[in-house]
Amino acid sequence: MLPPGQPPDRNPGTLPTRERAVAAYRWMLLARILDDKFASLYRGGKIHGGVFLGRGQEALSVAVGLALKKGDVFAPLIRDAAGRLAFGETVLDAVRTYLGSPLGPMRARDGNVHRGRPREGYLPMISHLGAMISVVNGTLLARRFKGISGTVGAACLGEGGTSTGAFHEALNQAAVEKLPLVLVVANNHYAYSTHESRQFACRSLVDKAIGYGVTGHTVEGTDLAACLEVLDEAVNCARSGGGPQLVVAQLLRLCGHGEHDDAHYIDAKLRASRDGRDCLQVAAEWLRKCGWADTATLAQWHDEAVEKVETTVAQVQREPGPDPFAENWRALATKHLHGAYASA
Amino acid sequence: MSITYLEAIREAQARALADDPRVFIYGQDVGAFGGAFKATKNLAVEFPGRVLDAPISEDAMVGAAIGAAIEGMRPIIEMQFADFSTAGFNQIVNHAAAFYWRTDVPCPITVRLPCGGTSGSGPFHSQSMETIYAHYPGLVVMTPATVEDAYSMLLEAVAIDDPVIFCEHKYLYYHLKAEALPKEALPVGKARIARAGRDLTLIAYSAMVHEALAVAEELATEGTEIEVVDLRTVKPLDTDTVMASVARTGRVLCVGEAWPWGGVTAEVIARIASEGFDLLDAPPQRLNAKDTPVPYHPNLWMVHRPTSQSIAAAVRQLLRR
Ligand SMILES: Cc1ncc(C[n+]2csc(CCOP(=O)(O)OP(=O)(O)O)c2C)c(N)n1
Repeated sequence: MLPPGQPPDRNPGTLPTRERAVAAYRWMLLARILDDKFASLYRGGKIHGGVFLGRGQEALSVAVGLALKKGDVFAPLIRDAAGRLAFGETVLDAVRTYLGSPLGPMRARDGNVHRGRPREGYLPMISHLGAMISVVNGTLLARRFKGISGTVGAACLGEGGTSTGAFHEALNQAAVEKLPLVLVVANNHYAYSTHESRQFACRSLVDKAIGYGVTGHTVEGTDLAACLEVLDEAVNCARSGGGPQLVVAQLLRLCGHGEHDDAHYIDAKLRASRDGRDCLQVAAEWLRKCGWADTATLAQWHDEAVEKVETTVAQVQREPGPDPFAENWRALATKHLHGAYASA
Repeated sequence: MSITYLEAIREAQARALADDPRVFIYGQDVGAFGGAFKATKNLAVEFPGRVLDAPISEDAMVGAAIGAAIEGMRPIIEMQFADFSTAGFNQIVNHAAAFYWRTDVPCPITVRLPCGGTSGSGPFHSQSMETIYAHYPGLVVMTPATVEDAYSMLLEAVAIDDPVIFCEHKYLYYHLKAEALPKEALPVGKARIARAGRDLTLIAYSAMVHEALAVAEELATEGTEIEVVDLRTVKPLDTDTVMASVARTGRVLCVGEAWPWGGVTAEVIARIASEGFDLLDAPPQRLNAKDTPVPYHPNLWMVHRPTSQSIAAAVRQLLRR
C-alpha cells in the first residue's frame, strides 16, 4: 500500500500492473484534491496571486512522473500537480509554496506552480513557456560530461507552448545532441482562450517529430492505462539511447486557465467529446473493471487523500509568513560582490 | 613575448579548462574553427569533447548552460557577437539571474559577449550591452579594459558562483598588447586607478579607458592632471573608489561607449550626485555614444561614440566651470 505523500518505488516495468495502476490513481486523486483545496483557498482569499490547476490532465501528468526514476530530471509545468507528486514532491512543499511559507523550497520568494528542488532533479519552472526544455537539455549534457548514463529528463508543455522559439531551439538542440529528453505536450486545444487553430497549422503536433528527427508518440490523455504505457515506452526508449522523444496527448482541461477564468470559450462539443472525459473517473472505472479496487476502497483512498491535504494545509497555515526584515535582499551567491543596493 | 587581449581570453579559457573538469565551452563555431574571432583557437583539440559547436540558438545555448550549471558544471557560453545575446536574453535575465534568489542553488555560468564598436560593423555587430544586463539583479557584469584584466577576470568569472556577463571589447582584441599574463590581480568588484591626478576624475570602463588615458596624457602636457578610474566591473560598481577619487579632484566626467539613456554612466553620476554632492566643485558630467543605432560607415562611426577628442573637449569645458 502506498500512502499519499510518499512516492512509490519508481521502477517502470518491474512493478506489477495493479500496483502501478493503483499508485498512479492515488497520485491523481491526491493531486485533484490538492488542486481543489488550492481553488477553495483562492476563493477564500487565502492565496496571494493566481492558482493554476491540472484538472483533467492528471492521467498524463502522473504517467510522466511515474515513468521517471530517482536521479532523472523533471521540469513540470502549471498542470502537473499529479506528476510532481509521483516524481517525489511532497504535499508539504506544494502547500508551503502556494501559501508563501518561508519554510518551503522557494521560501516565499517565488510561489504557486513555480516550485522545485533543483538539487533533486526537480526543476522549478519559470513562467516563460518553452524555457525549461533547453535547461533540461543542459542537465543531460552535464551528465554526459560527467560520464553518467541511463538517466532521462522530461519536460512538460501545452500545445500553445509549442509555438515559442524556445520550444523549437530546445527540441532541435536535443536532437542534435541526441539527448535522452522526453518532451510531453498536452494538447488541451486551448492556450488560455486561444484555440489550437490559431497556434499551429500542421495536422497533428506529432508531425513535428519527423522534422526535428526525433521519435514521436501520441496518446489519449484521458486514458490512464494508455498514458502509463506510452510514457513508459517513451521514457524507456530515451533511457536506452533512442534520443529525444516527443509525446503528444489529446485531452481537455476541465477548469479555467487559472481560477480567475471561467473557461466559457471552450466549445461545448469538445466538452462532450472523449477528450472532455474526466480522466480520474475513467481511471477509477478501469481499476474497478480490473478488480483492483472496489467502491469502498476508492472511498477510503479519497478520505486518506483529503486527510493528508487538510492536515498539511492546517499545519502550514499555522506557520509564520516571511519577514521582510529577516530577508537578506541579496540576489548574488557571491557574498563579497553584493553591490551598493544590497540592504544596509 | 607579447600577448594580445584576445589571446589572453583564449589563455584564460585554456587554463580554466585545464584546471577545472567542470568547465566546458559552448557557442557557435567555437569548436574546430576556433570561434569567429579565434578566442577558442585550438581549444577543441587540446580539450577534446569539451568545446562544443552550438546550433544558432542563443536561447537554448544559455538554457543548456543553466541546466548544466545546476548539475555542477561551469559552462562558458560564447555569443558570436554581443548583439545576438538579445536572442538569449530571456534565459539570461529571467532564468540564470533569478535562479539563486529563487532556489538557493547557484547558477555559475559565464556568458562572453564580444562587444563594442569597430568601424564598418554597423548596427548589429557593434553594441555595448553592459547596461541592459547590469539592470537585472543576480548578474555580475565585467568590462575588462586591459589584457591583464581580460585574463584574470575571465578566470574569476568562471570561478565565482554567480552568472557573469563578460563584456570583452572587440576593438581591444588585437590592438591591446601586454608583455605577459598577470601573476596576480585586483579582486573582481574593485575599480582601479589607471592614472593618478588631482584636477579632474575621468571614469571609464572597457575600451573607453584607453581614450580616457589618451586624454589624460594630452592634458598633462598642458599642466592638467587627470585621474582616470577604470571601473573594471560595472556591476557591482565600486562606489568607494569612485567617491574617493571625486573627493580628491572635485570634478568628474564619466564616459561610456553605450547609449546615453540610463545606463552605467547615469548610474555612476546618480551615485556621485546623491552620495558625494558636497565633494563636487562643478556639476558631474557624462559622455556617451549618440542616441542612434551604431552607424556603419567609419566617418559616422567615429563621431557616434566618444573619442579622445570629444572627451578632451568635455574635460576642458568642465575644467572651466
Ligand atoms: C512566453 C510566454 N508568453 C506568454 C505567457 C502567458 N501564458 C501563460 S500560460 C499561457 C497559455 C498556455 O497555453 P498552453 O501552452 O497550451 O498550456 P495550457 O495552459 O493549455 O496548459 C499563456 C499565454 C507565458 N507564460 N509565456
